[in-house]
Amino acid sequence: MTNAITTYCNIKDWLIKIDGQTDFSSDEKEFRKFIRAAYRNYKTGYPKFFKMDNLSKLGFLTADILIKRSGIADTYAGEEIGIILSNSSSSLDTDEKHQETINDKDNYFPSPSMFVYTLPNIMAGEISIRHKIKGENAVFIFERFNPEFLYSYITELMAGNKLKCCLGGWVDYYQDHYESFLFLVEQTETVKRGKKAGEYIIFAPKNLEKLFKG
Amino acid sequence: MEELIEKLKNEIIEVLNLEDIEPEDIDADDPLFNEGLGLDSIDALELIVLLEKNYGIKIEDPRDGRKIFFSVKTMAEYIIEHQNN
Repeated sequence: MTNAITTYCNIKDWLIKIDGQTDFSSDEKEFRKFIRAAYRNYKTGYPKFFKMDNLSKLGFLTADILIKRSGIADTYAGEEIGIILSNSSSSLDTDEKHQETINDKDNYFPSPSMFVYTLPNIMAGEISIRHKIKGENAVFIFERFNPEFLYSYITELMAGNKLKCCLGGWVDYYQDHYESFLFLVEQTETVKRGKKAGEYIIFAPKNLEKLFKG
Repeated sequence: MEELIEKLKNEIIEVLNLEDIEPEDIDADDPLFNEGLGLDSIDALELIVLLEKNYGIKIEDPRDGRKIFFSVKTMAEYIIEHQNN
């Protein structure tokens, strides 16, 4: 059984590209403003978005764009969709901000809403809650984008028919440096019923590397 | 009291990151949780921190939270009562 990348989204350099084509750009050169402009542009309609930390906002928005456009949440059962993400900065940006709130013993007010984001897999949880995704999810930390690992891990999950669809990729945020690349993988046989050859990309490490670079 | 209620509305919007909600959207008597502003358990913890940080009031028994945080008005009443003590 082979798998196919049916759609992908890159967010970096103040641009949002879907399937390689620029879909949104903004003059806002501050992440907080840029991601809010993107949220409004895509009519995301999920107020809890504004409570998330920057890593979760980036991962959530990228995933939300792909999931809504593809309709996978209507095509597959929640248990048939997985989320396998990766990055290099983990949740370090929020970890450090939280640390600042507890450094001073005389001004010790740890924020509960900040504390809950001091784990990178919270972003996978936010995506799962929003779209009722119940398949396996994980976030792996690598020094750099690792297409071979993502390919082998996702392929293994899909080979056992445990998953029929998987959201995978890279979502990294640290001190206003951000980069997101998410893709959807589906079984080729399923895809062929809805798409013609050329409308999907074979799921392979070299293709992931190419799409990651945008 | 009215001044404190307005102050609290602004503080709640800020600490809970309630985007798109203005102070005038919050009725002082409306429930903050469930059908009201739709706040969750993490928001409740954040409100406990707000009372302690901004008003120096520590809630000794967390079970009192349900009553204290019912609405902006009940929060204001609790603050007035405990700041005078």
